[in-house]
Amino acid sequence: MSPRETDDVSGVETTGHEWDGIRELDNPLPRWWLWTWYLCIAVAIVYWVLMPAWPGLHGYTHGLLHMSDRAQVVRDLDALKTQRSAEGARLKNLSLEQIEADPKLQAYALAVGQSIFGDNCATCHGAGGTGGKGYPNLRDDVWLWGGTPEDIQHTIQVGIRSDNPQARASQMPAFGRDQLLPAEQINDLTEYVVALSHRPANAGAVGRAAPVFQANCAICHGPEGKGDQTKGAPNLTDADWLYGSARADIHGQIWNGRGGVMPTWEKRFDPETIKALAVYIHANAAGQ
Amino acid sequence: MQQSLVKEDGAPLDAVILLVFSCLGAFGALLATAYSADPLFRFHGYVFLFAFTLAAGVMTVGMSSGKFRGDPKSYQDSVIRAGVIATMFWGVVGMLVGVVIACQLSWPRIFYFPDYGFLNFGRLRPLHTSGVIFAFGGNALIATSFYVVQRTCRARLAGGLASWFVFWGYNLFIVLAATGYLLGVTQGQEYAEPEWVTDLWLTIVWVVYLLVFLGTLWRRKEPHIYVANWFYLAFIVTIALLHIVNNLAMPVGWLNHRSYSAFGGVQNALTQWWYGHNAVGFFLTAGFLAIMYYFVPKRAERPIYSYRLSIVHFWALIFIYIWAGPHHLHYTALPMWTQTLGATFSIMLWMPSWGGMINGLMTLSGAWDKLRTDPVMRMLVVSIAFYGMSTFEGPMMSIREVNALSHYTDWTIGHVHSGALGWVGFITFGAVYCMVPWLWKKDRLWSDRLVEWHFWIATTGILLYITAMWVSGIMEGLMWREYTPQGFLANSFVETVSAKHVENIVRAIGGLMYLSGALIMSYNLWRTIRMPSSSTQDSAAALPALAVAS
Repeated sequence: MSPRETDDVSGVETTGHEWDGIRELDNPLPRWWLWTWYLCIAVAIVYWVLMPAWPGLHGYTHGLLHMSDRAQVVRDLDALKTQRSAEGARLKNLSLEQIEADPKLQAYALAVGQSIFGDNCATCHGAGGTGGKGYPNLRDDVWLWGGTPEDIQHTIQVGIRSDNPQARASQMPAFGRDQLLPAEQINDLTEYVVALSHRPANAGAVGRAAPVFQANCAICHGPEGKGDQTKGAPNLTDADWLYGSARADIHGQIWNGRGGVMPTWEKRFDPETIKALAVYIHANAAGQ
Repeated sequence: MQQSLVKEDGAPLDAVILLVFSCLGAFGALLATAYSADPLFRFHGYVFLFAFTLAAGVMTVGMSSGKFRGDPKSYQDSVIRAGVIATMFWGVVGMLVGVVIACQLSWPRIFYFPDYGFLNFGRLRPLHTSGVIFAFGGNALIATSFYVVQRTCRARLAGGLASWFVFWGYNLFIVLAATGYLLGVTQGQEYAEPEWVTDLWLTIVWVVYLLVFLGTLWRRKEPHIYVANWFYLAFIVTIALLHIVNNLAMPVGWLNHRSYSAFGGVQNALTQWWYGHNAVGFFLTAGFLAIMYYFVPKRAERPIYSYRLSIVHFWALIFIYIWAGPHHLHYTALPMWTQTLGATFSIMLWMPSWGGMINGLMTLSGAWDKLRTDPVMRMLVVSIAFYGMSTFEGPMMSIREVNALSHYTDWTIGHVHSGALGWVGFITFGAVYCMVPWLWKKDRLWSDRLVEWHFWIATTGILLYITAMWVSGIMEGLMWREYTPQGFLANSFVETVSAKHVENIVRAIGGLMYLSGALIMSYNLWRTIRMPSSSTQDSAAALPALAVAS
């Protein structure tokens, strides 16, 4: 150990230690530092007295305030229910038509619907409900499974191809992948579907495909291709295409028979919430 | 110790041990790879096989040419030089990944690569966090600890080639972890993502690291152990403890990469955040305080401000830090008393953390003019300032009522980065700027002007980053808790995401500036290393005389 010496700059003694030229001054603990620390410790002790803090052999110290997160959540939820209850109760007992006919109740249902839609439905259907490839647009007047408030409500409840036994279920066959039709006929059918939507198409192919369409497709899409909402079969004569309107998209759909899945929501939301969602979606669509 | 075991004409014992270990390792890796049906396990098997085979080859060639006889009369500095290069390499990689994921958050349509699943945000994020914490920070800690412990003990590193094993072993761990993340090998626990095989490998490396460090302390020729070494030792010991306990797990099979944690449910969460918080406390705080305690007084050429403060804040810091983990789990299934206890210990931690800041800043009294003249000194001091800021912000955010607003928001990201970029990054840059001329025997850095550029670009980048995150964090916290008069949430989650688009872009710009600074630094260091060596060996760094074991 080197001897203690006095630092020229500060006038403070060193401790006499030295490592690789580094020495240490023998300054005391800064008073403000020490007292602030004591204050922090005092705050902590007060907190322990007031709040649940220390474990014991049986349970823990509950604190003088008897605070409990669990109890607080119950109180908060009760308060929220009280706040919502007047309208919420009426939502429960009235039909969808009655709700839509009452401006005040409808406004309430729209507020519920908007909040629920944003965090649950927008993931697939988009923030504005305008959908995307494979996810139906909910803002237009085209509906796969029906656009009345009751139809919408039922779709939300049971879902589409979901694990709900009541689910809206239908499956377009994968005509190509499962070798139900030869590849040439699928090419012809593609032209036929293009022609159905009033676009120019290969007349020869359309002629060849007509009997194939009637034998294989008309059972769901109808003899004129106008679709069937009881089977979720889209109208092929309009300009609205779930999986795209290009020939490659249509061909891919006939080949693979894609069908999306929408979850069942009745296990997650109470019936009033689903009603409010149906009202919200119906109000925002050019509905039926 | 090792030197005394060397026979006159035989190979050094440490080299023989390493050769045998490498051969056994290669054989084991070969068997495990051959018998495993799990492609991810096999991939890591191949990495091990390659590494061990390469090591065995290098050992054989080196021993036959008579190398590996360390000069007992000098410090073991070559492993530190390798560590400095690895630090800068991984730093640039980790920061680059950070910029990429910041761009993914800012422009998700452009930086989305559905054909390359390994480039998804979820795969890249742990690559970024582990890349900067463990690869950049870890290499910096190992390199500086080897540097500091030798100088302050006046003893050569213990264990001969063991320090090289620590360096390469640790970097093998990084490669295993990083490739694992990209392939989807993960435990899904923050900062503890590597799976059991990688964890076991790190445990071996870390125990050797501890032994090398303790062995060097044991051989010291100074009567006392310097404060920096207390912090290094606390860091090494506690990280070992945290790593082993949090990663206790049962593998699905001995030839399968997957394992399941020994802890379930809320116990798993608490253990994880006991680990996660103290990874911050002992890796990013204690370890880097050790760097501060050596390089700040050394660069300022002033004594440490207060020996008493260093003792009190050291013991207070390591005692209190270990309790504070539950504040990561406020308002969760964790019992409320555990949350309260964690929060109060975090509040009591404020002053012990600030002890390091006071000792660092006050050490400059009498040398404040260096802030104007020495950009490296300025970098070190600004890092201490960021340390002080984030160790105040942390206890504040641990208060439950503040946490109710800040938790899960960008505020947390901003807090982490004021610590990571400001404190950890800058103290490391400062230390590396000091060490490179000393290690490569140069009079000075190639360019002080480039250090100035680095300093200002990086500092501006940090400020852009953290202010953007404060704004977006508080904004989204307020948006999440906003109710309509009818009692429904006013904003959907996706609306809060699109609301912070601009802040996300500012964050990406700040990160890009910080990365640019690190690139400028790498260039400057490369040119420094290529400069002609200084005429007298000791003029670059006045080395304390190495005390040679008699």
